[in-house]
Amino acid sequence: MFSYYLDLALRSLRRNRVLTALMVLAIALGIGASMTTLTVLHVLSGDPLPGTSDTLFYPQIDPRDMDGYEPNKEPPRQVTWTDGQNLMRAKRGDRQALMTGGAVPVQPAQSGMEPFYSDARYTTADFFPMFKVPFLYGHGWSAADDESKARVVVITRTLNDKLFGGKDSTGQTLRMKDLAFQVIGVLDTWRPNPHFYDVYMGNYAASEDVFVPLSASRDAHFDHNGSTDCWGTGGGDPEHAETSPCVWLQFWVQLDSAAKVASYKEFLVHYSQEQKSLGRFERPANVRLPGLMEWLDINKVVPGDVRLQTWLAFGFLLVCLVNTIGLMLAKFLRRAGELGVRRALGASKREVFAQLLVESGVIGLAGGIGGLVLAFIGLWLVRLQPSNYASLAHLDLKMLLITFLLAIGSTLLAGLLPAWRACQITPALQLKSQ
Amino acid sequence: MEILPILSTLRRHKITAFLVIIEIALTCAIVCNAVFIINQRLDRMNMQSGVDEHNLLHIELADIGITKDEKARTAEDLAALRQIPGVAQVASLNQVPFGNSSSNGGIKLDPKQNLSTLNATMYSGENIGPGLGLQVIAGRDLQADDYMDSDVVMRAVAARDTKSLPHGIMITQNMAERLWPGQQALGKQIYLADIPLTVVGVVKELVRPSIWDDAAKSYSMILPMRESRGEYVIRTKSPQDRDRVLAAAIAKLKEINPHRVVLKKHTFDDMRHDFFQNDRAMAGLLVGVCVALLVVTALGIVGLGSFWVAQRRRQIGVRRALGATRSNILHYFQTENFLLATIGIVVGMVLAYGINLLLMVHYELPRLPAIYFPVGALLLWVIGQLAVLGPAMRAAAVPPVVATRSV
Repeated sequence: MFSYYLDLALRSLRRNRVLTALMVLAIALGIGASMTTLTVLHVLSGDPLPGTSDTLFYPQIDPRDMDGYEPNKEPPRQVTWTDGQNLMRAKRGDRQALMTGGAVPVQPAQSGMEPFYSDARYTTADFFPMFKVPFLYGHGWSAADDESKARVVVITRTLNDKLFGGKDSTGQTLRMKDLAFQVIGVLDTWRPNPHFYDVYMGNYAASEDVFVPLSASRDAHFDHNGSTDCWGTGGGDPEHAETSPCVWLQFWVQLDSAAKVASYKEFLVHYSQEQKSLGRFERPANVRLPGLMEWLDINKVVPGDVRLQTWLAFGFLLVCLVNTIGLMLAKFLRRAGELGVRRALGASKREVFAQLLVESGVIGLAGGIGGLVLAFIGLWLVRLQPSNYASLAHLDLKMLLITFLLAIGSTLLAGLLPAWRACQITPALQLKSQ
Repeated sequence: MEILPILSTLRRHKITAFLVIIEIALTCAIVCNAVFIINQRLDRMNMQSGVDEHNLLHIELADIGITKDEKARTAEDLAALRQIPGVAQVASLNQVPFGNSSSNGGIKLDPKQNLSTLNATMYSGENIGPGLGLQVIAGRDLQADDYMDSDVVMRAVAARDTKSLPHGIMITQNMAERLWPGQQALGKQIYLADIPLTVVGVVKELVRPSIWDDAAKSYSMILPMRESRGEYVIRTKSPQDRDRVLAAAIAKLKEINPHRVVLKKHTFDDMRHDFFQNDRAMAGLLVGVCVALLVVTALGIVGLGSFWVAQRRRQIGVRRALGATRSNILHYFQTENFLLATIGIVVGMVLAYGINLLLMVHYELPRLPAIYFPVGALLLWVIGQLAVLGPAMRAAAVPPVVATRSV
């Protein structure tokens, strides 16, 4: 029966090519626009570390003075050097890492290669195991290296290709800011999206090329980049960053169970109270412990423009569907005579209904294919955009499937009203008017 | 033109009429808001910066090793840059408009205030006024003897010894107006981290390096601190000198000290272009969607119009046979479309207003100006009339003899 309906549908669609083309085009445009924006949204709001993200937390405490105090306002989004060190030493999480961003001058050993600045991450040993960073060669550094301010460095595959021609460079020396660092590890391709661990470095920025122990970076006077927020007499001057009242570091902690999360939060409250009694903190304890995904929401990592574009595209799809309903209604009612004959010859309402739905399904399928082509073009256009997330806009299998489901689903939905309306035709009346 | 017969016909085609109305309403609502956002973005892209953009170059350098005697080196760099033919002014400063990296501070009118009155960005650097080409509209520009080296100031602030610090600053007109509405700002005091500062000059405009909030875009002040961090602006005598001056400046700076890396070198026109690239992309995308929406709506009206004409061929024939002229028939379809469009537009306006309210809450957009309503209505009426013209002409061409034939 289905193949007969399919045959009927194709015949009918072929009979009025312009109208058919119009319907398919409207669906394709709507689906293409929606899928383009939905894919961008999907890529941007994805989980940077699937499977690990629910054990990662970002503690927030409030070390500021009473100036500008309002109860229950969000604590600063970074920590001071002192608090960072205290929380590291407390070792209350399964793993923890303190970090900040910067840029270092890299001086290639090869003659003919100009020195250049590279983005860097200054962090502590647990960074690599905690974020499941893949290594191509070598390994990360140890807590002892952090302690001894060891001049060791981990570089990305990209930088390794550039400086060492892609060979295993562990054990080699890398000169940065006139100092020699020993390469101990090379990362495999790693680009968590968004750049969750430091949202002040561009939300969808590629990861840094150079990773150095935080202690060694301070020792070497490496430049700090990113946000520095000070209060009181803090001037944010880099030489006194360890002692000045400024937040400029990110602290992440891994907590493997809900019980640990609760007890960690308790620990943060105790810590704040203790610091207050010591006179370092002035405000009442105000702590938060958002998980990774929650942290991305708090920072509104997905650009507002992208959300707006998605709404806009769905508005457009709605107009396209209303348009298709109208055109299908016109088409079905125009065939009242033919449908009347079919009904008179014994086809039930249900059978006529099914036949018309098959027809709208065919339009939906054609629209879906058209929409897919348009979505590929749309995403290609997005990739030409200058935004730093542009290069990430690719259609994956999941989105491909959603495209077809959305196209066929919405067209079938759009076909319901016209098909139902066409079923209501009284066969006798139609036959008479012939 | 008789409207009643049209209405009674439409009552027989409720669903189709309803669909046309919905389509026009949705299109109207979306297009009004999209055009509004496009205008907002265009306004943003044309934002006044207050600096002599077409003559400005920006260079940022970073040392490879640990920096020593940067003050002497900055003086040497500036002297060399001044020598380049075509250069009008040079300055060493801490940040530039549209540069994205900025330092900002909370401003208080009274040191005992709990919350800051506003947050302003802090420009510093000697000769910054002439260097950027700022327009001083009241008071005076900062002079050489107003200045102190920024590292000295930082040390004094950290030691809470702020008595000896210079206190003369310049602020923008917008900031002055926000702090003291309708009053003369010169001689007034503000407090930055409890340090008193006195306004000695007001500049017409100076936009911030990074703009989160358009309302606060020109809350800028110029502090009397000398900077030596390897960031320079060069103001050329005429725009056609720019490329040559930039190349000469880079060569000169490299020659003075090869042990450094050029991080940035660009004209201000390029900086503006880069700064607003997301706004430009968004505006382009919205224009594309608006055009697509209007085309789809117009094609929908053509499609439904053709269907109606085909369905009513016999009635049209009868009317023609009974004496209706071609233009009567043409006008019938045009009026019908006008009626549907009008209802659609009215519904669309309400929807547009609703969407705007949502956008105001979630995307901090301002209220939709009233002018959008008549303009949007006119646009949709015109599109409706254009779209229905084809089918209506075909209807008018139906010969009266059709009435006498059965199908």
